[in-house]
Amino acid sequence: MTTTAAALTEGTDSPYALTHLDALESEAVHIFREVAGEFERPVILFSGGKDSIVMLHLALKAFAPAAVPFTLLHVDTGHNFPEVLEYRDRAVEEHGLRLHVASVQEYIDRGVLKERPDGTRNPLQTVPLTEAIREHRFDAVFGGGRRDEEKARAKERVFSLRDEFSQWDPRRQRPELWQLYNGRHAPGEHVRVFPLSNWTELDVWQYIAREQIELPQIYFAHEREVFRRAGMWLTAGDWGGPKQDESVETRLIRYRTVGDMSCTGAVDSDATTLDAVIAEIAASRLTERGATRADDKMSEAAMEDRKREGYF
Amino acid sequence: MSTPVDNAVQFADLSATTLLRFATAGSVDDGKSTLVGRLLHDSKSVLTDQLEAVEAASAKRGQDAPDLALLTDGLRAEREQGITIDVAYRYFATPRRRFILADTPGHVQYTRNMVTGASTADLALVLVDARNGVVEQTRRHAAVAALLRVPHVVLAVNKMDLVGYEEKVFAAIAEEFTTYAGELGVPEITAIPISALAGDNVVEPSAHMDWYGGPTVLEHLETVPVSHDLTGCHARLPVQYVIRPQTAEHPDYRGYAGQIAAGTFRVGESVTVLPSGRTSKISGIDLLGESVNVAWTPQSVTLLLDDDVDISRGDLIVPSGDAPATTQDVEATVCHVADQPLAVGHRVLLKHGTRTVKAIVKDIPSRLTLDDLSLHPHPGQLAANDIGRVKIRTAEPLPLDSYADSRRTGAFILIDPADGTTLTAGMVGESFASPEPVKADVDYDGWDF
Repeated sequence: MTTTAAALTEGTDSPYALTHLDALESEAVHIFREVAGEFERPVILFSGGKDSIVMLHLALKAFAPAAVPFTLLHVDTGHNFPEVLEYRDRAVEEHGLRLHVASVQEYIDRGVLKERPDGTRNPLQTVPLTEAIREHRFDAVFGGGRRDEEKARAKERVFSLRDEFSQWDPRRQRPELWQLYNGRHAPGEHVRVFPLSNWTELDVWQYIAREQIELPQIYFAHEREVFRRAGMWLTAGDWGGPKQDESVETRLIRYRTVGDMSCTGAVDSDATTLDAVIAEIAASRLTERGATRADDKMSEAAMEDRKREGYF
Repeated sequence: MSTPVDNAVQFADLSATTLLRFATAGSVDDGKSTLVGRLLHDSKSVLTDQLEAVEAASAKRGQDAPDLALLTDGLRAEREQGITIDVAYRYFATPRRRFILADTPGHVQYTRNMVTGASTADLALVLVDARNGVVEQTRRHAAVAALLRVPHVVLAVNKMDLVGYEEKVFAAIAEEFTTYAGELGVPEITAIPISALAGDNVVEPSAHMDWYGGPTVLEHLETVPVSHDLTGCHARLPVQYVIRPQTAEHPDYRGYAGQIAAGTFRVGESVTVLPSGRTSKISGIDLLGESVNVAWTPQSVTLLLDDDVDISRGDLIVPSGDAPATTQDVEATVCHVADQPLAVGHRVLLKHGTRTVKAIVKDIPSRLTLDDLSLHPHPGQLAANDIGRVKIRTAEPLPLDSYADSRRTGAFILIDPADGTTLTAGMVGESFASPEPVKADVDYDGWDF
């Protein structure tokens, strides 16, 4: 954003109009600063995925030239992509941040959580997440969730109050008026905060391109050993694939979302650059989650049900 | 995800688009879901897997055609009951503009839902059924849009196919609505004859109404100006956070971060900090890491001042010579949004800008009936969805603008200090309705709407 004529936009008679990316950026920064001003122990959920990377970038801008006044929390499923974990650790190091890791594997090893028959670990993240929130007494938890992702998320507030069990009650949400966010909560309760609520997948990618934000390489087309399961290309690996009747092949693919390897599918793609990725998404006839997430396909209300239990 | 796909969309084309926030309002059978579905569908914002999910769910319910309302009804209870419970936000885009749609339900509790949706909207889209014309609920929608001072109002006269696409039907409704809304102070009204079901004048121009020379709904949404002329606005910066790195590189940096709520700020300008009244001069403006000479609403910025004045979160920075009066006695029009009532004597918290203060409800002089804009004097309390006038005493002085001058610094919310519930949406100053109750000599039996 500059104040020169280059910033002037078409379709408006005012020289003071902002582009949609500038408007979204300004709104997200406002949300970060509100939380910094009103909460004691905020934390950013950081997975090394593109949405959390954009969140971190916005937080860095919101408080520059000072440091980001938040710690990071990653719920590690034990089936994360190595490239993403490497990115996560590098980002933490580069910006002098503090990272908490809640490990699903550790909960399984302790016998607290049980591996599901389908091998999907995504729903298992809820317990380590909510226990980490309780243990560290986090009172505001930033998530990269966007309302365009899923229809239950379309109902989510920017500031979303969770009870002491981290539960979301969609029928008892606070109306959100103007930009006056209400962060009041009782001890033990916390607020989930979604600064990217109003962004779409394409906005996120355009912003990444504009700001020249580095991403883990799995977002760009590369050759990888994958196998077909439930209509999706999954990365072969120690986590549990392929099974006997599934065969591995090498394909040119990329990831649209980054999550647990057991339920995050790759898409066939030759997009190796940001511009190519943006063109591909703009032309796609599938939503991000529809294309790549197995766990959302479990039922019509899968996301709502998980959110009610404390999922992000 | 939402982008027209038939034309190759390039990053360069999309990066310059502006954002329009708008809210829909319409009663149950006016065809609002169909219109929203049509906008999303015809702008190619519904993707294959979403449509397949809707088709599957519709078939499971024994419906022949995909029920586009299922695109927006996201909650289990909504799908079970076939109703919309709460405001949902939808996103779509054309090469010219990106849109955030606050899709507000037309059922019970609609006043607070529409207030919620309209509070951030640049435009309100009010639907009427061409067969019924302007009805009570249309007037309520117009009144809420006027109360919230939504800059643009569109009247979509729907179901034109059911009145033979008759120009005179449309013209009569448009004139009645324009007159009514104009009296309420709605600044700009655009009336469009449509059939959401048949697709007339929603995205594509109608082949059935060549007497209509105006834009389609989508064309209007794409071209309506988003930003106001800011030259006459009072500049306001509520301080959110003080940025003090205290590092070797920035030992003395002290910046006042916030989102500009109104107007413009320039380097060199003299400013006053409220409520203290101390003055200084802007020595620099950081726009998220970039140094600029001028910044305007709604940019998030950091102001640097010449002097080390005592400023903290909750303060308001304004141009010297253009400061609002500070007061502990707030008079406002409010919409009560919580289930528990608001009564005279209640102790509440009031959040205005970045400042939250203790407050007490001193008086509720009147309650407004949106149907006919009559005032019911001294109702004692306001129930959910009630709109009324209130007088509030705050524990500390607040720099308040009139909502008519600034939708941001003239707005506040009331919060229940016991459980944090958001109770009430408040708008400072005179509203379109007369400030004092007029009379109680009419027999009303339906105060609640």
